[in-house]
Formats: sequence, structure tokens, C-alpha cells
Amino acid sequence: MLAHLPILQVIVPLMAAPLCLFLTRSRLVWLFTLIASGLAFLISSLLLQQVMVSGTIIYELGGWDAPWGIEYRIDQLNAFLLLIISAVSTIVLLAAHTSIKQEIPADRHTLFYILYLLSLAGMLGIVATGDAFNVFVFLEISSLSAYALIALGKDRRALWASYQYLIMGTIGATFILIGIGMMYQMTGTLNMDDLSKRLPEVAHTRTVFTAFAFVIVGVCLKLALFPLHLWLPNAYAYAPSIVTAFFAATATKVAVYLLIRFTFSVFGLSFSFTALPLQMLFVVLGLLGIFAASIAAIYQKNVKHLFAYSSVAQIGYMIVGFSVSTTTGLMATLLHLFNHALMKSALFLALAAVVYRIGSVQLSQFHGLGRQMPFTMAAIVIGGLSLIGVPLTVGFVSKWYLALATLENGWWPVTALILLGSLLAIVYVWRIVEVAYFKPPIAGRESIKEAPLSFLIPIWTLVIANIYFGIDTRLSVQVAQAASQSLFGVSP
Amino acid sequence: MIFSLETMLQLSIILPVFAVVGIVATGHKPDLREGVTISTSLVLLYFVITLYQGIKQGESISVQWWEILPGLQLSFNIEPLGMLFALIASFLWLITTVYAIGYMRGHEEKNQTRFYACFAIAIGSVMGIAFAANLFTLFIFYEVLTLSTYPLVTHAGTREAKQGGRIYLGILLSTSIAFFLLAIVGTWFVAGTLDFKPGGVFDANVNTTVAGVILVLFIFGIGKAAIMPFHRWLPAAMVAPTPVSALLHAVAVVKAGVFTILKVCVLIFGIDLLAVLPSTQFMLYLAGASVLLASLVAMRQDNLKARLAYSTVSQLGYVTIGALLATSSGVIGSSMHIGMHAFGKITLFFCAGAILVAAHKSKISEMRGIGLQMPITMAAFFIASLSIIGVPPTGGTWSKWFLLMGSMETGQWIIMAILMTSSLLNIAYLLPIPLRAFFPGTKTAFAGTGIKEAPLPSLIALCITTLGCVILFVYPQPLYELATAIVATPGLAHGQ
Repeated sequence: MLAHLPILQVIVPLMAAPLCLFLTRSRLVWLFTLIASGLAFLISSLLLQQVMVSGTIIYELGGWDAPWGIEYRIDQLNAFLLLIISAVSTIVLLAAHTSIKQEIPADRHTLFYILYLLSLAGMLGIVATGDAFNVFVFLEISSLSAYALIALGKDRRALWASYQYLIMGTIGATFILIGIGMMYQMTGTLNMDDLSKRLPEVAHTRTVFTAFAFVIVGVCLKLALFPLHLWLPNAYAYAPSIVTAFFAATATKVAVYLLIRFTFSVFGLSFSFTALPLQMLFVVLGLLGIFAASIAAIYQKNVKHLFAYSSVAQIGYMIVGFSVSTTTGLMATLLHLFNHALMKSALFLALAAVVYRIGSVQLSQFHGLGRQMPFTMAAIVIGGLSLIGVPLTVGFVSKWYLALATLENGWWPVTALILLGSLLAIVYVWRIVEVAYFKPPIAGRESIKEAPLSFLIPIWTLVIANIYFGIDTRLSVQVAQAASQSLFGVSP
Repeated sequence: MIFSLETMLQLSIILPVFAVVGIVATGHKPDLREGVTISTSLVLLYFVITLYQGIKQGESISVQWWEILPGLQLSFNIEPLGMLFALIASFLWLITTVYAIGYMRGHEEKNQTRFYACFAIAIGSVMGIAFAANLFTLFIFYEVLTLSTYPLVTHAGTREAKQGGRIYLGILLSTSIAFFLLAIVGTWFVAGTLDFKPGGVFDANVNTTVAGVILVLFIFGIGKAAIMPFHRWLPAAMVAPTPVSALLHAVAVVKAGVFTILKVCVLIFGIDLLAVLPSTQFMLYLAGASVLLASLVAMRQDNLKARLAYSTVSQLGYVTIGALLATSSGVIGSSMHIGMHAFGKITLFFCAGAILVAAHKSKISEMRGIGLQMPITMAAFFIASLSIIGVPPTGGTWSKWFLLMGSMETGQWIIMAILMTSSLLNIAYLLPIPLRAFFPGTKTAFAGTGIKEAPLPSLIALCITTLGCVILFVYPQPLYELATAIVATPGLAHGQ
């Protein structure tokens, strides 16, 4: 059984999805989904443990040998990602039943859970597989279900947002597919490990170079790198709140994973950073993203939009860490991947609770919430502090490594800019705090109460995780360090 | 002794935080709630005094908690400077609590439970700052202090409070993240350690340009020291209730700032290295400018608390100057000034609050003749003003004495001139207030209004601190001994 964990990781949610159709009542479907996601979480914890103890796990699908059959390859990097995705998915699901009761018509509840599971399976698949074409397949599974999930939003603008995402996401996926196709043409293999051995032989050809460019641009579209982020804010803002909480913490992370995987493992470090001026490009785009998106966040009136732009800015941090291309830099990226998932899922889940109570996330509707929903607002404050990077929260840990990584490379202006960028976070977080705590409640809304426990428990689990992993960083730092060292070890 | 010294060290940080639970739980019974606060502050004071005696007997007390990031540990260690700061803060917390009971009830403030709870967290973090064994630990508590005082500054919940809170948090958080954190990461990168060490952590052959830049980042980044141009938060914080202004914005928060600067100068750079850095002189002039300009601005303030705030900005510059002079007299003067100014300024704020509660006046121009109704308050104001100015028989004399010595020893004539001029300015903006209060010249509106002294607890508190100002003149030994111990720590002179 334990030997089959890599495939179970993907197959459990994938198989669970159609099974939902047999359960008719919304609550049952929810429980079933929760169990499936919880199982995935359990599997990913076991996998991480195994990988940390005994190194990379290789699993051959159907017993076919590697270059011919599909291979699942779990090393520290994807075990870490699998854990993040399945953990967030499970915690967010805890609140799903209460939240979607208000946001999604009852006849679509089953549909919602099916799509959710498919999306989860897709993301886990992208991360777990060691086969380039398989990546594309799972990318499409997760993306298509994501488009549909976003379109389930109550607001009619959700349709438009979903359409935008559909167009951009499809372009991205197509680019990736073209890239993979070209690689296949040159090497005759789709296995990532095999690719990494065969690509250097043909590295000088224009085809490989083009393939690399296609893959990078495609992935960057998916991860919403500034200025390819235009699909993200609306998609996050108009999707059902639970979907936003889930995607904000996972979807872009998976794309960042792909970026790391393709550049470090498949194309190899030396090729990746010489074929294109990737370092220069990413540090500039990353910093631009931090500033442009943070400033945009300051001017948003819709709090979901605000945090969506903040997500784009946070991706900027990850990309800057990536562009440093040292072990510390990559470590900073991986840590931020983990930490940002914790922050954003807590924040968006708290917003889901606000939507549940007042039906809106316009900032102007937040008046007096500090008093009426003290626990929810406290969660937003702590999540916000974590976003700013205050010590004792996870945000500080990633800032610290990012600053250290850039200093190690002698990029002190970048260090200064990164820290200056986080000041902008103070501004947009405090706009919410001031409205919620200093304005009296809006007339006629005096009776608004705290969110129900089904929200508060998952929200505070995440908030406490934000603090816990800011104080006890052993898990995140060790795994991130091991992952980044092994990536550099593979292709020095 | 029930507890070991190490346990007491930890308890002095944790206890105020535990007190929050008690304060919140007893929130609906004000008497009980204040009882919790008072007894916590008494116990805290007991701990700190016991620790002080331990230190005097030459024991070294240090505690390690756990590693947050590899190499970055939460750990505590008592050295003389931190001891001095902790003594002052814990003693004045007790006095302020007594004062606050009179003030908060007399002024009928709302949300008093939140007030006392945040106050306790703030004091806990001050203890954390005082006893921090490395920059990292200090930084953590520094930020906790900023955040825990934010609800105190915005206590009133009005527009002005929101505005003030915005400036307060904006400047303190921004400088600490943009500069202070950068300086810390820089130090870690260059020196490989963040531990406070006598003689400093940098190598003898460190690149002085890099170290000079780090020094500038530290001075700007430690926004709580209110060096211009990052001083605006302090006047903005004056919207807070007076006990907050008194303890936090005359003692705990601002002193945490200058304390950090002093500690960075002496224990991170070491005064030998500091003396040769290219940016030291520049920062010295900046601090000098801050002293003078803030005094000038203070003269133009009609709001009493605003005037006192600018006066604080100016006096904080003294401490920074003393640290940057990089001689032992300078450091002694600086550390003594932390204590002397604390007693003087807290008294002045207590008086301002007493006037507000009793007579509902906050403008200086309206205080003409009030001395006849509130003689004790205004007499206290007079004595505390003398201490700020630095004339006998008050404690302020000593610290200014050492600061002047320090500037003479190093031949910093301009700095010396600044210090002298500023003392004159102090006279000009502080003394007229009590003088006019007692000798109004013309008839005033106060005659027959029935205005009396402030509530008794407040009055007792301000008498104690006034007495402190005088006692510190006659008996400055405890402060002096701690201050000399800072520079006498072995290895300091040679930068080992």
C-alpha cells in the first residue's frame, strides 16, 4: 500500500469526483469530499516523511519502465508542494458547506464538489508526475474545472472573469504544450528525467531554445507574473469565496512549481539561465510586479480585489527569489510559497465569512465589523501582519531569506526595494483595519453577528499556523532547504 | 528566593502577558481589574529589583528559548544597560498604573479593559527589549511594542485618533522594516552574528563604508528614537490618553528607541569602531540638528502635550548624541539621561494630564493662574522642568554634565554649543508655564471656579516622580554604577 502512495495521491480525489454523483444530499457530498481531501492530505504527509527520510521516490505507472511508461517522481520539492495543496484544500473545505449554501444554488452543490475534487486532483497530478505530457493533461484537468468553478460565482461578472481566465489560461496551456511538443520532437522522450539527460545534447538548436521560451511564457501566464496577471484579480474577486481561498493558496503555486521544475530539472540550471537573460528579466518583472500590484491593491474598493492584487505582488517576491538562482534564493521562494499559501488562505477564508454575514466584500461595507465580527477581523489583521512581514509571523521568515539571498548576491538595491515594497502592504492592510475598527456600523446592520464556528475553526487553524510556522520554522525551513539543495545538486 | 534568577528573567517578560488574561477576565469589575494590574506591576518590580541585586553581585543571567531560524535564537541576557532600562520602566509602570486609575476614571474613558490589557503587553515587550541578548530578539519585541501601543494611541476612536494612529504606525513600522530590518540583515551578512557583544561584533578589518552605511540604516531605522526627519510619530501619538503619553511616549517606547541605539553603538559596533566610521560625524550632526530644531518647534506649540512631545524629541537627540560620541563619558551620559529624562518627562506629562482632568485645559495660554488652584501640580511641573533643563537640585544635572564632558573630550565643539543652546531653549519653553501659572499678573478666569487638584491617585503618582527627580540628584549612584558598568565591561576598550 505504502509503495502506491504517489499514485494514490492523485487517484483518490480523481476517483472521488465522479462518485459524488451518487450522493445526492449536499451535506453528504461535502463530507465525502472532505474525507477524500483529508485522505490526500494524509498521503502527502506520509510521502513527505518518506522522501525526507529515504530520498526521491520513483513510481512507475502500470509497471511500465520509465522512458516508455509514465513515471511519478516524488522528491522533496514536489512532496512539499503536495503537502501545501492538500492541506489547504482540506482546511478550506471545512468551511465549504456553510459558505456555498449562500453563494451557490442548491442544485449545483454536487457539481461544485465534483469540480473542486477534479481541480484538486489536477493540481496534485501536475506536481506529482514526472512526465512532461502528463503535466499538460493534469494542467487541463485543473484549469477546466477552475474555469467552471469561477463561473459558479453569484455575481454575473463571474462569467466574464471566467471567460478571461479561460482565454489566458488556454493560451498559457497551449504554449506549454507547444514547448513540450518541440522537446519531444528533438529528443523523442517525454519523461522529465530522460529529457534532462537528452536535452543538453541538442541544447544549441533553435528548436530547444524556442521550446524553452514557449514553456517559460506559458508557465508565467499561469502563475500570473506581472504583466501577464490580468486574468487573476477578477477571477479571484468574482469566484465563490471558497474557490478563491482554495485557488489563491494553490493555483499560482503550482505554476511556480512548474517554473522551477522546468528550469532547474528539465532544462537544467546552466541552460536556463544562459539561453535567455532570465535572471535580469525576472528580477525586473518581479520587482515591477511587487510595486505595481501593491500600488494597485491600495486603490481597490473591493477587498477581494485588494488581496488578489496583493497575491500578484507576492508572486513578484517568489520570482525575485527565483531569479537570484542560488540555494538561498530558491529557498526563499519555496518558503514564500508555503507561507503565502497560509496567509492568503486565512485571509480569503475570513473574507468568505464576511460574505456569509454581510453578503459583500466592498470596503465601504466593512464599517464597524471590528466590533461585530471580532474573531474574523482579528484573523484578517493577523493575516495582514503576516503579509507585511512582521516578526513572529510566517511572512517574516520569507522576507528574511529573500533579503539574505539578494544580499548574498550583492544585490543590495534589490534588498532595499523588497523591503520598501512590503511597506505598501502596510498601507493596504491598514485601510481595512481603519474602516473595520474606527467606523461605526452602518445603519440597519447593527445585528450582524460573528461568523459561525464552521468558519471560525478553519480560519483560526490557518491563523495559528501563520504564527506557529513563524515561530517554529523547522518543518518549512528544513524541507525548503533540502528541496533547493537537491535541485542545485541535480544540475550544478 | 522562590524562583531562580533565570526564571525571574523569563517571568518578567511573560508575567505582563499573563496579566492580560486576568485583566480581560475581570474586565467587568473595574476594581478587581485594576487590582490585577497593580499587583502584576508590583510583582514585576520585585522581580526586576531582585535581578538587579543578582547583577550587582556579579552573577550573569541568561536564558535561551529556541531557534526561530537557524542561527537566530530567541535569547535573553542581562547586562547593565538593559538592567537600567528595565528598572526604570518597571518602576514607572507601577507609578503610572496608580496615576491611570485616577485619570481614566476621572476622565471617564471608555474601553478601559482594552487599555490596561494593551498596556500590559507593551510593558512585557519593553522587558523583552531590555533583556534581549541579540538584535533579532530585540527586533521582535520592538515590533510587538509598536503594534501593542497602536490601540492605545487610537484609544479615543475619533478621527484625530485614527489620523494620529496612522502616522504612528506608518512611521514606526515603515522605518523598522525598510531600514532597521535591512540593517539587521546587513549585520548578519557581514558579521555572521547578531549577538550583543562587548566591543562589537564586526571584525577589526571590516569595510568601514559598509559598516558606515549600516550605522545610518540603524539610526534611521530605529524610528522610536525619533531622530528627525522620522520624529513625526511622537507628536502624533499625543492623541492617546495621558498615562499612555506619560509612560509610553516619554519613557517606554521612546526609551526603547534610544536604548536600542545605545546598545547597537556599544555592543554591535563597539565604540572603537564607531569612532572611525565615516558616517558617525554626519549622524552626530543630524542628531544635533534634531535637538535644536525640535526645541525650536516646541517653543511654538500652544498645546501642552504637543510641546512636551517636541521637547522629548529634542531630549532623545541628547541620548543619541551621547552614544555617537563614542567615548565612555558620552555613553555614561546617555545611559543616565535615559533615566533622568524619564523621571522628568513623566512628571510633566502627569501634570498635563492632571490639568486636563481637573480643569479640562490643554492649551498653555489657558493655564495662566492655574497654579493658585492646583499648587501641588504646578510645583511638581516646576521641579520636573528644572530636571529637563538640567540644573540642580535635580537629576538632569548629572546626565547633561557627562554629555558635555563627552563632547569636550572628543573636541566636538559644535555639538557642545548645540547642547548648551538647547538647554537655554528648554528654559524658554518650559519655565514660563509654571511661572505664569503662579504669577498670572492680571486677574484670571480661574478664581472662584472651584477647580481643585486632580484625583488623589494621580496626585500621589506625580509627587512620587517629582521626588524621584530630586532624589536622583542627591543619590544618582545606582544609575551611575550601572552606566559605568556598561563601559567597564571587559573587552570593551579593545574590541575583542
